[in-house]
Amino acid sequence: MTTLTKQPGPGLAAGGPQKPRKRGKTAAEFRGTGDLKIALFFIAPAMLGFVLFYLVPSIRGIYLSFTEYSILGDPEWIGTRNYERIAKDPLFWNALGVTTQYVIINIALQTALALGIALLMHRVAKSTLVRGALLMPYLMANVIAALLWFWMLDYQIGIVNQLIEWVGLPRVAFFGSEQWAIPTQALINTWRHMGYTALLIFAGLQAIPNSVYEAASIDGSRAVSTFWRITLPLLRPVLVLVLVVTVIGSFQVFDTVAVTTAGGPVNATRVLQFYIYQRAFNEQDFGYGSALAVILFVILALVAFIQMKFLRGNQSDLD
Amino acid sequence: MMNKKAIGAVAVAAAAALALTACGGGASGGAESAKGEISYWLWDANQLPAYQQCATDFQKANPDIKVKITQTGWDDYWGKITNGMASGTAPDVFTNHLAKYPDFIKTKQLVALDDAVANDKVDLGQYNEGLADLWVGQDGKRYGLPKDWDTIALFYNKKMAADAGLTAEQMGSLSWNPQDGGTYEKAIARLTVDKSGKRGDEPGFDKNNVAIYGLGLESSGGENAGQTQWSFLAATTGWTTTDKNPWGTHYNYDDKRLQDTIAWWASLAEKGYMPKLETTVGANAADNFGAGKAAINSSGSWMIGQYTGYKGINVGIAPTPAGPDGKRASMFNGLADSIWAGTKKKDAAIKWVEYLGSAACQDVVAAKAVVFPAIKGSTDKAAAAFKAKGVDVNAFTQHVKDKTTFMLPITDNAAKVSGIMKPAMDGVVAGKTPASSLTAANEQVNALFAK
Repeated sequence: MTTLTKQPGPGLAAGGPQKPRKRGKTAAEFRGTGDLKIALFFIAPAMLGFVLFYLVPSIRGIYLSFTEYSILGDPEWIGTRNYERIAKDPLFWNALGVTTQYVIINIALQTALALGIALLMHRVAKSTLVRGALLMPYLMANVIAALLWFWMLDYQIGIVNQLIEWVGLPRVAFFGSEQWAIPTQALINTWRHMGYTALLIFAGLQAIPNSVYEAASIDGSRAVSTFWRITLPLLRPVLVLVLVVTVIGSFQVFDTVAVTTAGGPVNATRVLQFYIYQRAFNEQDFGYGSALAVILFVILALVAFIQMKFLRGNQSDLD
Repeated sequence: MMNKKAIGAVAVAAAAALALTACGGGASGGAESAKGEISYWLWDANQLPAYQQCATDFQKANPDIKVKITQTGWDDYWGKITNGMASGTAPDVFTNHLAKYPDFIKTKQLVALDDAVANDKVDLGQYNEGLADLWVGQDGKRYGLPKDWDTIALFYNKKMAADAGLTAEQMGSLSWNPQDGGTYEKAIARLTVDKSGKRGDEPGFDKNNVAIYGLGLESSGGENAGQTQWSFLAATTGWTTTDKNPWGTHYNYDDKRLQDTIAWWASLAEKGYMPKLETTVGANAADNFGAGKAAINSSGSWMIGQYTGYKGINVGIAPTPAGPDGKRASMFNGLADSIWAGTKKKDAAIKWVEYLGSAACQDVVAAKAVVFPAIKGSTDKAAAAFKAKGVDVNAFTQHVKDKTTFMLPITDNAAKVSGIMKPAMDGVVAGKTPASSLTAANEQVNALFAK
């Protein structure tokens, strides 16, 4: 969620009326000693981290994607051969398909549920306790959440399957069957993230001025049409931001898969991030893994760009 | 939602930088290299007490040297070793596995022990036949001293067998063939019981509501050449995993004999005699046996402790079934201790490895009755120690005495081979693809060696 803190969404910023700049005077005092120095001083730690942990590794990752490298020994330059092999790799295309399936289920459900929860928080659940409780799953470590569900949904001993059998239905191999494995993982992460996503949307809801709603109710608008005609359009910038961030996160699903199905059954949950990990760390093929990672990076950049562009995420209808 | 690619890349970058500095180590000779603290890693927690005892005895005899033992579970073990090698923090000495060491040789991470073995006159004939040779690389050099070995047998629930009318003699003399499964399949069918109490070989048996499976299912075995799942069957047909072993360069998963074996094995799930693969995700085959949900589990000798440890379950151990030619077969795997090339305490490490490979230490391990030590005399002592605990391990040792063992396949690209074979084998065992689909996987595997 680093993206979020670095660039507060335009929707969030567009919230309240612009406050007069009280800082102007203070800034003027600094002007004498040179803003640049101060700015650099404050930027330096973040810059250092960015260069050290993002820029250099990314460049090195791109370099490694053109090599054959097994971590022990030296990388050997092989041009675009990794990319050529990926184009012909059925497991890559399978991973892309599986990941897309996961993202669609995860994002569609998560966004719809989060929107519903956010509306409830806005209108009904004013208690901080209830609002806080919604965030609980998100506070749980990914691996713990995955393991808990893995256990609860177990075919033999899982409580969910005990209940299903008790109702008189046949047991479901949630993680073991190829049809169920991806939807199950998508649902687990929907459960984990919907509270947090709801909170982001809730912030956006609060930024919609009450006067708009008052006007609507004076005009005799009913709740449903108010939602479709006022809430949703005015929420668009926030929703776009939420979508961009959650889609990127969703494409990078890894932990849940790694601690439960590890890519199986067969290749049903061999999502991109897991395939990258498998090739790089299990099979010691860091060149190939890096090339896969570069491709994922490009895909994510494209997806984010398209979402921002076509959903006009950087414009608000409030102005 | 951190950028995983970035993290991975940092690790790689950092590791690469440190790898350069690590090359300085490993110089032999000098007093410094023969004393001080050396680190030793192993993955099996059950064996830790035995080796801790060895270390204590060793330190008494060599007061200059201190051995620090670290135990790390199998899942994290190899990643930590590899990262340690790249970053210069790998252990001086570590327990090595046949499937893993070819890659370490290729990247020059292991110390050749030939000079030490010659100088210190280590008797390689003291080990069970074949074990020492497993650790000689393609370059003819020796990279480990054998510490233990394992074979495969059938763990079965004695009470269930008695209820099914199967005697210990019958269980001990099963036969198998890939066409109808022989008496092995008959016993499995007989031991399978559905929820209304009907046995697998009785009319009216409901294969969709099974209470006790005749045979437990651990996994498809695609990752490890079916070591505990089907290798002991396939090998009786004359099939071998690779063209030669060790250091084969051509895999034989396209062979009809293997595909027939796998097809037969997968058919057990279809018949209701073995759990479906999809129901075993996340389950532990041994624990299911312990919970009375399976009557027979094929497994390795390193699991004796666990299988005999379940409360209220009386466990018998039967040898693997005899194949079409009337002979049994078991994969023979052996671990060894190796020295990392980056060690700064090479001489002390050699001393420790030689001690681990000596009767003094292996007798200590034998007495704990956890595994079979590599030295012949220690193996006998271990069998006696198991017997004292009330466990008859003949089913395992018989393979070695009768020379019905075959070696775990040792080749390059082991991790990549399992990356291809696991999903392929899963598909067959799950009943999604026919056994003939292994031919396509085999082509992918062999393409790895075609460079």
